Amino acid sequence: MNLSRLSGTALQYAFLGLAAFLSIFPFFWMVISATNTSIDIIGGKTTFGDAFLANVGKFFTEVDVPLIFWNSAKVAVLATVLTIAVSSLAGYGFEMFKSKARDRIYSLVLLTLMVPFGALMIPLFMMMAKTGLINTHIAIMLPTVASAFIIFYFRQSTKAFPTELRDAAKVDGLKEWQIFLYIYVPVMRSTYAAAFVIVFMTNWNNYLWPLIVLQSNETKTITLVVSSLASAYYPDYGVVMIGTILATLPTLFVFFVMQRQFVQGMLGSVK
Amino acid sequence: MAAGKTGGLKRYHDLNGWLFVAPSVLLISIFLVYPIFRSLYLSFFSGKGMMMKFAGFGNVARLWHDPVFIQALTNTVVFFVVQVPIMILLALMLAAVLNNDRLKFIGFFRTAIFLPCVASLVAYSVLFKSMFSVDGVVNQALMAIGLIGTPIGWLTEPFWAKVLVILAITWRWTGYNMIFYLAALQNIDKSIYEAARIDGVPAWARFVHITVPMLKPVILFTTIISTIGTIQLFDEVYNLTEGKGGPANATLTLSLYIYNLTFRFMPSFGYAATVSYVIVLMVALFSFLQFYAARDRA
Repeated sequence: MNLSRLSGTALQYAFLGLAAFLSIFPFFWMVISATNTSIDIIGGKTTFGDAFLANVGKFFTEVDVPLIFWNSAKVAVLATVLTIAVSSLAGYGFEMFKSKARDRIYSLVLLTLMVPFGALMIPLFMMMAKTGLINTHIAIMLPTVASAFIIFYFRQSTKAFPTELRDAAKVDGLKEWQIFLYIYVPVMRSTYAAAFVIVFMTNWNNYLWPLIVLQSNETKTITLVVSSLASAYYPDYGVVMIGTILATLPTLFVFFVMQRQFVQGMLGSVK
Repeated sequence: MAAGKTGGLKRYHDLNGWLFVAPSVLLISIFLVYPIFRSLYLSFFSGKGMMMKFAGFGNVARLWHDPVFIQALTNTVVFFVVQVPIMILLALMLAAVLNNDRLKFIGFFRTAIFLPCVASLVAYSVLFKSMFSVDGVVNQALMAIGLIGTPIGWLTEPFWAKVLVILAITWRWTGYNMIFYLAALQNIDKSIYEAARIDGVPAWARFVHITVPMLKPVILFTTIISTIGTIQLFDEVYNLTEGKGGPANATLTLSLYIYNLTFRFMPSFGYAATVSYVIVLMVALFSFLQFYAARDRA
């Protein structure tokens, strides 16, 4: 009995160890490969090399790094803030001011969760072409701000918001927008933090829509640049790795800084 | 008097309700609802570029005679039929093990297994492409442990290219699903497991008869999300295959085909919109089936 319990535990550790190794290895590979030449990378070299500075140098000459990074940051942060602002207003509105009509609209909003982006991209592209927004960052942001999932997320979280707080504020004479801004937002900050992580990552990593809309090198985001470097006939993988590191660092940073909110937020969205 | 007051309150309630939801509802109408109907409308037209003429159901007829479409459809189906169950099962097993507080370094394992979720789809596709080159690190490792004798052409052989795509998606999304299960597991009363253990129920039976039934709503939710995601697969195949969906269209997905029809060649907006409606129907059908199946057994 004890022996089988022991071997069970060993098996569990082996399973976790293997899963953890496989999960981490590509990140390790990315860092190792950033110091190697393309030929070594393709050849499967798993030790640090001495091509790091050369790779960085080539990356910075081939790509206008500050501009590309700024493009990505601008699009991701602005789109995230806008998404969270309008979605939390809606989630709060749907939950706090219930009515038959609004509940029906809410069901329709949820239905759009099932709409695949592939079915939207052609009309959206035509729309942006007609309004002259092709190759602008506004065109990237506008469609992403409309997010049924984040509205759902905020409505679900609002169910846990203590209504006594709202009633008390009303007695004190606060207007609805004041209650939202000065009471709801601070109380729900962990919900906001979690939403921020999710939405920021989605926007920072957004690919297909920017690929369609952004056509000049001056407007491209880092994901697009990494993708185009890697799809060359003979990609210089050492250089590409510098790009993947730069593209991954912000999301890694956000994840490690806000890991707790992230998990908390997920708990809220499942319940 | 009383009725008047309630009426005023109701109006106040309603006005505020609409004001709060208006920005989102407006945006969703413009950027989600309008385009989906516009796509439907476009699917009745054929022609290249802006020269379009009404074609009725001509595009639908064209689908059945288009071998590339059939291939893209088959690939997409193969991807989610094979990949989603593997990933869900893996994620469940990982969550069940990670829920065991007596194991050491749990925090490290959780973070490590969740880590792939922070990689951008483009970045990890590129990493996988370099790792799975013919003389690359994966083939070397597999040969070193004696699993294969000669290198596998992950990016050049149709079968293995599909396997590579499945491996890649599984790597990226297993930890994501696991987090959902872990969160749900932590809400389950531990004493149920203790009781089962004392009664001598083996670990696999506790997994099958306690964990899985308790997590059914979450499993349903993640299965729907994952299936929808895989039906729309684009970033990975585009970046693993330089946008071609190769070798020999073996990894071409419906989304990639729509992209190619619209933005790679002279655009066939109408036909591409028709293909996109195949995705819409698939997503709707599978969401419905899964939802129905779960409710039936509840």
